[in-house]
Amino acid sequence: MISLMVNGSAREFDGDAEMPILWFLRDELELTGTKFGCGMALCGACTVHLDGTAVRACVTPISAAAGKAITTIEGLHPEGNHPVQKAWRKENVPQCGYCQSGQIMQAASLLAANPKPTDEEIMRGMDGNICRCGTYQRIFSAIKVAAQEA
Amino acid sequence: MTTISKVSRRSFLQTTGLSASFILGAHISPRCLFAAMSGATTAQPNYFVAIAADGTVTLTNSRSEMGQGVRTGMPMMIAEELEADWSRVKIWQAPGDATKYDPAGKDQQNTDGSRSTRHGFNVMRELGASAREVLEKAAAQKWGVDASEVYAKNHRLYHRGTDRSLDFGEVVEIAAEIDVPFGADAPKPKLKDPSQWRYIGKDMPVVDNFDMSTGGADYGADYTLPGMKIAVVARPPVYRGKVKSFDATEALKVPGVEQVIEIPALPNDKPAEFRALGGVAVIGRNTWSVMQGRKKLKIEWDAGPFVGHDSSTYDAALIASSQQPGTVIRKRGDVDLAFAQADKVVEAEYFVPYLAHAPMEPPVALVDANSRPVQIITSTQAPLQTRQYVAEALGLEIADVECQITLLGGAFGRKSKPDFACEAAILSKAIGAPVRVQWSREDEIQHGYYHSASAQYAKAALDKDGKVIAWQQRVASPSIMALWNPAQDGPVDFEAALGLTDMPYNTIPNLQLETCKAPAMIRVGWLRSVNNIQHAFALHSFADELAAAAGRDPLEFLLETIGDAEVMDLSKDGVEGDTVYGDPVADYPISPKRLSNTLRIVAKAAGYGQQLPEGSGIGLAAHRSFQSYVAIAVQVKVGENGEFSVPRVDVAIDCGRYVNPEGVRKQMEGACTFGHSIARFGKITTTLGAVDQSNFNDYRVTRLSEGPLDIHVHLVEDYVTELPCGVGEPGVPPYAPALLNAIYQAIGKRIRTLPLPADLRTA
Repeated sequence: MISLMVNGSAREFDGDAEMPILWFLRDELELTGTKFGCGMALCGACTVHLDGTAVRACVTPISAAAGKAITTIEGLHPEGNHPVQKAWRKENVPQCGYCQSGQIMQAASLLAANPKPTDEEIMRGMDGNICRCGTYQRIFSAIKVAAQEA
Repeated sequence: MTTISKVSRRSFLQTTGLSASFILGAHISPRCLFAAMSGATTAQPNYFVAIAADGTVTLTNSRSEMGQGVRTGMPMMIAEELEADWSRVKIWQAPGDATKYDPAGKDQQNTDGSRSTRHGFNVMRELGASAREVLEKAAAQKWGVDASEVYAKNHRLYHRGTDRSLDFGEVVEIAAEIDVPFGADAPKPKLKDPSQWRYIGKDMPVVDNFDMSTGGADYGADYTLPGMKIAVVARPPVYRGKVKSFDATEALKVPGVEQVIEIPALPNDKPAEFRALGGVAVIGRNTWSVMQGRKKLKIEWDAGPFVGHDSSTYDAALIASSQQPGTVIRKRGDVDLAFAQADKVVEAEYFVPYLAHAPMEPPVALVDANSRPVQIITSTQAPLQTRQYVAEALGLEIADVECQITLLGGAFGRKSKPDFACEAAILSKAIGAPVRVQWSREDEIQHGYYHSASAQYAKAALDKDGKVIAWQQRVASPSIMALWNPAQDGPVDFEAALGLTDMPYNTIPNLQLETCKAPAMIRVGWLRSVNNIQHAFALHSFADELAAAAGRDPLEFLLETIGDAEVMDLSKDGVEGDTVYGDPVADYPISPKRLSNTLRIVAKAAGYGQQLPEGSGIGLAAHRSFQSYVAIAVQVKVGENGEFSVPRVDVAIDCGRYVNPEGVRKQMEGACTFGHSIARFGKITTTLGAVDQSNFNDYRVTRLSEGPLDIHVHLVEDYVTELPCGVGEPGVPPYAPALLNAIYQAIGKRIRTLPLPADLRTA
């Protein structure tokens, strides 16, 4: 039995401890804001926070979350008004929107660790998150907006 | 043709579950054969405007949202004429029912071809205006005045000359009793003068921004049905291969795996179309279990007829075919005579490989085949085709099958091909429960419908003044139509008409364009911009080569070669078929003048002609597709080690009348990144019939640090009173040639094969 916190609530899991967090969130808890994109930590669509740091939920086994706290896009801010979320809307970032949960979680983690990142640091920090629609220019601006307003 | 009428409140509420007091719909006469065949009738109403007693306006969006912004743009047009307050508007996503939700009667809600706005522009506005007129009549009744004394503005109705006014919600009960003129002869509602528009032409943020930034937006895999099982499918590695035998013993031992079932191979005599091709499905209670189970399957495959499809030989065969005379699709003058008289003859060969769509959301479909009607919930671009092919797979009629359209996590053409929904339907029927089929990234990359590989040969003649006097171009690329007719050997007319037949270099006196043989040995399917990708790449790269050969400035050379004719009439060059994307030629004549204008605008905006540092350059390309005219100026910087970056891109788009300029800009920004992926990374290859690539490690797409981050989009205003044109696709084709032309400007290196090498200097 694995005990962990998800978005502030205590949860337990009694199954294959190797199952990635992604499928625990999506199939067991029905927290579907976290997306499946590649299954190999190549695209970042599944990004969540584990004890406040961005991880790829598609390759992180649930055993690695035992006794820890997971935050998903649904739990980033109670009203959906985290500075990154607000900046995303201000810059009108999304196209299809599918990768954006992961992008936002990655950006929030980046800014938590480094509140005033340089351009180079934003590029490096966000390079693991693919957006096939090509919203990168707006992602880049939104992170700068969030860094200014945080 | 569309006429508008009021529909019964009860029938709409039953359909939508919405609470509304006044509902306005439209009657449709389907124009196209497909809808007629599907049993569509003229008597069925659709529902686009509903107003509740609290004044909340619900507008229907019947197009598939895949990032192109239709859920914002289409309702904007209704709201404009309705005089609705956008902050009190909700969007309702229609299910797939062309008899009700294709008011333009043109494409059965099939969302592709960059046509939502251009086909919906009139009818969406008419729907809004008709509803507004009914509300005005209702207010007039309530006040006992003539309707001509009432006008609507920003969600309120006003009586001219008095201070009386009412909110929309206060008249809905009266409005619900008012007859709406119905029939072909009914008067059209009065539309606003464009100077009065409050929404059309103004920036509007995406309606789903809040949901998309909080995890609340639901895509194909985010829906469940009671008792649902999840399935993944092991598919034959080679197109049209089959399961010879399989052993599921170990797979069934994985906790959570419940069943392993074979999806029968499609019979040899049935073309692939959008059908399920077969495989072995692992079914269970969660996605991880069935993915683990699939790894434990032992399957012996019969490779089938395409095991010889190997890029090492296939690509060379395409190139060889492009060097042989083909079928002439457009001819002007006599190229051979001109070549004989030329001062200079230039030849080049271009190659673009297969490409995969790689939408961030892999294909996924949920089907309950055991309910009546059958229920499909999926992220589809083509709900009618989804219903049609699922019905066929289940031995049912289209009317027995319903399709709910979720948000699409990207699509790019992949999701108009519902093979994945057929798989879910077959499995759901087999196990007697709803089934969600989840494709992995590897499934998506290895079992897709690939953008056609192509080889092109180009030859041109210059006279002593450096003017082009002859242009010959041949393309060899397998056809999409082979999905229906496997014997189709090379491009059909509609594929050639995506950029080649309609090639814009209109002042050249001698032209000869040809299509060459190319057998289809894998599923070839349309991908964003379709054949325009390779045609634009060769055309506009070659034009730049000719400018260099003539020793002339590319901008001046392109403007001269495109010319400023108002209309390019292809019938004079012996072209008979459609070259304007299925629309009337009178509505969308091909205009060299508009293309030249767009090119001039982008060159100016980009500071073309400026002195740039060593190793930097600006490249240009201008291309018309999906009725729009797009010119791109890419600035490139090539480093010491042959790596490159794109410090700035300028895009000018003339899409005629635009509805949401913010949406247009976003599509151009995205198109540049999509085009960058094609130019820099896009390559699918096969070995012994099987696709070599599998995930984002070996099928790379542009990452944030690799692509353009400073894209300036310039909306051309000169033709804004013309009809709306496409936006989702036309930004892609000119990007790659502009980039490669910039590389030539930067380092003098001419690259003719995509994707680009990692080191440009030693390539």
